[in-house]
Amino acid sequence: MLIRLIWSALLETLLMVGAAGAVSIVLGVLVGAGLVFFSDPALGRNWPVNRYLRLDQVLSAIVNVGRSLPFLVLMVAIIPFTRMIAGTSIGTKAAIVPLTLGAIPFAARVVENSLREVDRGVVEAALVMGASPGQVVFKVMFPEALPSLVLGFTLTLVSLVNFSAMAGAVGGGGLGDLAIRYGYQRFRTDVMAATVAVLIVLVQLMQWGGQALSSTVDRRR
Amino acid sequence: MITFDNVTKKYKGMSVPALDRVSFTVDAGAICGVVGLSGAGKSTLIRCMTGLERVDSGTISIGGVSISALTGAELRQAQRNLGVVFQHFNLLSQRTALQNVMFPLEVAGVARNEARDRARELLDIVGLGDKLNSYPSKLSGGQQQRVGIARALATSPKVLLCDEFTSALDPINSKSILELIMRLNADLGVTVLIVTHQLSIAEQSCDRLIVIDEGQIVENGPAKDVLESPKSRILRAMVTTLTWS
Ligand SMILES: Nc1ncnc2c1ncn2[C@@H]1O[C@H](COP(=O)(O)OP(=O)(O)OP(=O)(O)O)[C@@H](O)[C@H]1O
Ligand SMILES: [Mg+2]
Repeated sequence: MLIRLIWSALLETLLMVGAAGAVSIVLGVLVGAGLVFFSDPALGRNWPVNRYLRLDQVLSAIVNVGRSLPFLVLMVAIIPFTRMIAGTSIGTKAAIVPLTLGAIPFAARVVENSLREVDRGVVEAALVMGASPGQVVFKVMFPEALPSLVLGFTLTLVSLVNFSAMAGAVGGGGLGDLAIRYGYQRFRTDVMAATVAVLIVLVQLMQWGGQALSSTVDRRR
Repeated sequence: MITFDNVTKKYKGMSVPALDRVSFTVDAGAICGVVGLSGAGKSTLIRCMTGLERVDSGTISIGGVSISALTGAELRQAQRNLGVVFQHFNLLSQRTALQNVMFPLEVAGVARNEARDRARELLDIVGLGDKLNSYPSKLSGGQQQRVGIARALATSPKVLLCDEFTSALDPINSKSILELIMRLNADLGVTVLIVTHQLSIAEQSCDRLIVIDEGQIVENGPAKDVLESPKSRILRAMVTTLTWS
């Protein structure tokens, strides 16, 4: 019984984290690349549009808005939007919408930071070899930043586990929901303890996996 | 092959120009040295040639193409006539030696097989035929610089630019890298511009020598003559206090 409860809650958590993680990482890559591309004079800073409207600053401002809302506030504030997308505002599927929206700006900053860490000398070397700005981003910056990106995405996914538990507490399902409904409201200490244990193990595994993957793809050592 | 015509470059926020009305020419096939103290403008000279910095006035032409006037795709096309060797090698750390040498060919749209063959051939020429699949982190500084040289030659440039290319290497490796450059100059006929603060490098390898001080050319002539009877304050100081090492 306990095992069944935990198992299905775990699956819900994994679904929320997986779906929100996948979408936010893809969009985070695009936004993060845009932030770097449009702010760098050697890349897209001098694009004609940027003369009238600094795209990097616009993107950055939008990202900051997303980052400044506490997740709980974001989740409640976008309920109409969630309904529009998911057809409902409660349940695991509905929770994926605010989770994704909350994680995109996070992932975007993660990507931006990783790309900015790439050695300037290497970027300039690529430029003088006749690489176009787009080639610099995709053939130089992303591959060079890969180990750091993997760690950053791990960080994003771990934060999503945290957020998903919060989403669970307000009807999203998953481990957070289980802990509140059984462990807290029904005084089931065993459920509470088991949930906490599963969450701890889950995060440890994710972190361990992320670090292992990052060092496998790292050619610098 | 290289022509600077009255080139001036001033960085934003600097009161004096980094290059001040610089004019000189380097003949095809020559090795030309550029020496000067730290901050003299040597790297700026190279950065302007490669299009990394825009000049404020004057023109720089390479093989008859005035590269300082080009932008975008035209500039990228012209950059393929230039090979650049860097002080800190600037290899792509996530690519093997072979893949590093293939990079300039890839961005130029050369077919993969052809690029791979060419890269192999070049790594052979620089003496790294047995390190094709090594990552830079597994190569010594001297080996990394050889990869850098092979990469610079990938697109068969007419001009090779070397900024302090031996400063990160020990004297033995410096010497053998310099000899490699001289051999490439003799075999391929590539025109070489060497920026250095080591007079010994200039003495060993250069046909011509340019001395710059505070953005201005203060001496320019056959290397032997310039070194034998230094006229400028700066070169005299360099010869006596000695940056020969
Ligand atoms: N990006 C920059 N912005 C502003 N000033 C710069 C910039 N790069 C170089 N300078 C200035 O231009 C002058 C020439 O610098 P440059 O790097 O060309 O000197 P250098 O001869 O290569 O010196 P070194 O031997 O130390 O490498 C210096 O006064 C330097 O401070
Ligand atoms: Mg310099």
